[in-house]
Amino acid sequence: MTDMTATTAGVAAASPGRSLVRLLEAAGPLLALILLMLIGTVTSDSFLGAENLSNVFTRSAIIGIIAVGATFVITAGGLDLSVGSLSALVAGMTIMFMNSAAATLGDGWLLVIAGIAFSLAIGAFAGFINGFMIVKGRVEAFIVTLGAMGIFRSVITWLADGGSISLDFSLRDTARPIYYGQVFGIAVPIIVLAVIAVVGELTLRRMRFGRHVAAIGSNRHVAFYSAIPVSRVRILTYVIQGLCVAIATVIYVPRLGAATPSTGLMWELEAIAAVIIGGTALSGGFGRIWGTIVGVLILGFISNILNLTGFISPYLNGAFQGAIIIIAVLLQRDRSQG
Amino acid sequence: MSLLSFREVAKTYGVVPVLKGIDLAIEPGEVLALVGENGAGKSTLMRIAAGLADASAGTMLLDGAAAPATLQAAERAGIVMVHQEFCLAPHLTVAENVFLGREITRGLFTDRKAMETKARGLLAELGSAAPVRARLRDLPVSDWQMIELAKAFARQPKLILMDEPTAVLSATEAGNLFARIRAFRESGGSVIFTSHRLDEVKAIADRVAVLRDGQIVRVEATSDISEDEMAEAMVGRPLAEIYPPRRGMAKRKVLLSVAGLAAPGSVDDVSLDIREGEVLGISGLVGSGRTELFEALLGLRPAKCRSFVLRGEERKLPEAREAWALKLAYLTEDRKGKGLLLGKSLDQNVALTKGAITGSSWIDRRAERRDLETAVERYDIRTGRLDVTAGALSGGNQQKVLIAKTLGVEPDLIVFDEPTRGVDIGAKQQIYEIIAQLAAAGKAIVVISSEMQEIVGLSDRVLVMRRGRIAGELSGEAISENDIIRFAMGLEETSPQEEAPH
Repeated sequence: MTDMTATTAGVAAASPGRSLVRLLEAAGPLLALILLMLIGTVTSDSFLGAENLSNVFTRSAIIGIIAVGATFVITAGGLDLSVGSLSALVAGMTIMFMNSAAATLGDGWLLVIAGIAFSLAIGAFAGFINGFMIVKGRVEAFIVTLGAMGIFRSVITWLADGGSISLDFSLRDTARPIYYGQVFGIAVPIIVLAVIAVVGELTLRRMRFGRHVAAIGSNRHVAFYSAIPVSRVRILTYVIQGLCVAIATVIYVPRLGAATPSTGLMWELEAIAAVIIGGTALSGGFGRIWGTIVGVLILGFISNILNLTGFISPYLNGAFQGAIIIIAVLLQRDRSQG
Repeated sequence: MSLLSFREVAKTYGVVPVLKGIDLAIEPGEVLALVGENGAGKSTLMRIAAGLADASAGTMLLDGAAAPATLQAAERAGIVMVHQEFCLAPHLTVAENVFLGREITRGLFTDRKAMETKARGLLAELGSAAPVRARLRDLPVSDWQMIELAKAFARQPKLILMDEPTAVLSATEAGNLFARIRAFRESGGSVIFTSHRLDEVKAIADRVAVLRDGQIVRVEATSDISEDEMAEAMVGRPLAEIYPPRRGMAKRKVLLSVAGLAAPGSVDDVSLDIREGEVLGISGLVGSGRTELFEALLGLRPAKCRSFVLRGEERKLPEAREAWALKLAYLTEDRKGKGLLLGKSLDQNVALTKGAITGSSWIDRRAERRDLETAVERYDIRTGRLDVTAGALSGGNQQKVLIAKTLGVEPDLIVFDEPTRGVDIGAKQQIYEIIAQLAAAGKAIVVISSEMQEIVGLSDRVLVMRRGRIAGELSGEAISENDIIRFAMGLEETSPQEEAPH
């Protein structure tokens, strides 16, 4: 008899009223972002200035890149809590590598490229270990990545001996353009984010891999019975997440020139929040990268507006972000997978 | 006066009528059987009686007064339902489950001892010796069914509604249940139950009501109606007609030959040949290892075998994806859980397996759309629009989408596991037609089914399974329900290897 109920839902879905709701649902995050920008424009003179906007975009790029990876993981029905700690670990180890390799590779671009390769390798490896434990070890993603979060964080604290690991001053100028550089007047982090977002969106929407990611998140058993290589795809989503963390970290390191035990603290929550605000289903099965980018910008602008206006204490930033996450999930509550 | 009576009860979901003008009454001390095809409305009628669903029209009377409309009120009034899907808590003990929601208390605390003693007694009445302190998850499903039944009897009801109570029970356990039902009837209790096994209906019910397409088409005392008459009333036409005509018994080439196949806990030393152009029926009781056998064969569960010869070449057992690439397809019995992505569009569903095996990295949406249009045409998938989700279709049309998806890889062997479960009679006939056409085109077909008539009606050859082994083989004119049952029940033992002609 459930078949009959399903038929009714299908009939309802085809009606015009329902399609309006669907449209609102689809464009919801974008509308929220526009509303937020209107509020910013009205309440602050400097809000729409190129400098301020560029600033918000650049700062958002780091969380944004991580959140693109998180969109893959969550769409496949997984979760990765370890991204913030991994970022700290990648930052610390890459700085140590670069400091020691400077003697042999010099302090030019060769060193920077080696550093980037090194951090990507660590990120991919950590993601693979997470994915492997979850998929082959059959441990809940929550548990594995919670454990990894603690391990990465304490390893970096131990490596830094509780203090910080700093990039040698002689190397800072070489690495500096990665964060502070511009191409055609656009900051490098923004360009990197844009490229990753476009590639991510195309992969998730138009490629077989993305189809498989969504199918697995929608129903893992159906995916398995449909000849989809479920284990491989699931592990790969965590590898993608690790790579995204590494790329974000590469951009982040030149900004401060150091890694500390508090680097990347709470980034996992911001990334997951951006994904959810963007309309990706937390239970998996449906994901959209552009939504995630909008989600990141919403979070970035909230904190920016609070800082600019001073009506409300910036200390309440977290409260606003929290409320928005809850509202976003409330709005997608009725939507079934897909 | 009747205990419970339905007057002109109707139920629609949206615009789809599920029950139409049901007039039916059950007397105190009576056992009434509801029979009908899947989707005929049996479960809905039971759910209305149990207060789990509201009737869209009509009235329902209990002891002459308006019947309770909610589950809680129905239970207070003495109506209890035993569901087909278990409503039990796996992590609680047997005794805790039997008294779930009705715990016996002493002061502030539950009285564990009293509950355990009573639960043991209730289970003993059902002939079950399930340990009352064991946690449910450690017990087999047949025990679960007994515990579900004990839970129902523990509520001291006037009327028990049982949806397919014997589906997972062995013959002995079913016999124990029938003895308990008779005792319950002696004490004035009434039972309404559904069953697909018409011999059981004949054995235990006082009266039988036959449902077809949401209407009661026949109500008789069971002594006045034969099993065949029940079946014909269910289907609405002579049985032979819905099956495609038989093909000649030509000599057929072996596609796949497997020996000594074993999967831990479910399949034990099975050897079989699958031939091109032949429909091989697989029968046996639920839990006899039918599905597991073919999941093991096609890499869907861990297994090993002595030899696996495909198209004349020996190789190892394939992994799941390998099997598909070797053009060996399995069409699952669990359409919603393993077959279709209900929340995804039809074209994505149809393209899923084909895309995973032979698709390129980039998705060609236009080609997917074309494939869907072809499938809609070829398999007569009835959907108003093409851009709906799979979950929006009726069971029969979902099944056709699943068939289109599975056949998209153009397999040489197709294992149809319960191909017509939850499918209406019209779609059923179309599915039989598809199966016959595939066989005629030289494909090797396996049909696993719980419906005996389906096995008899479709198969060129039948293997009957029992406890993970092949208990018997029948072919051609020798295929009969009676023999299948005897093999399935273990009343006859033959070695299939001796009988199988090579």
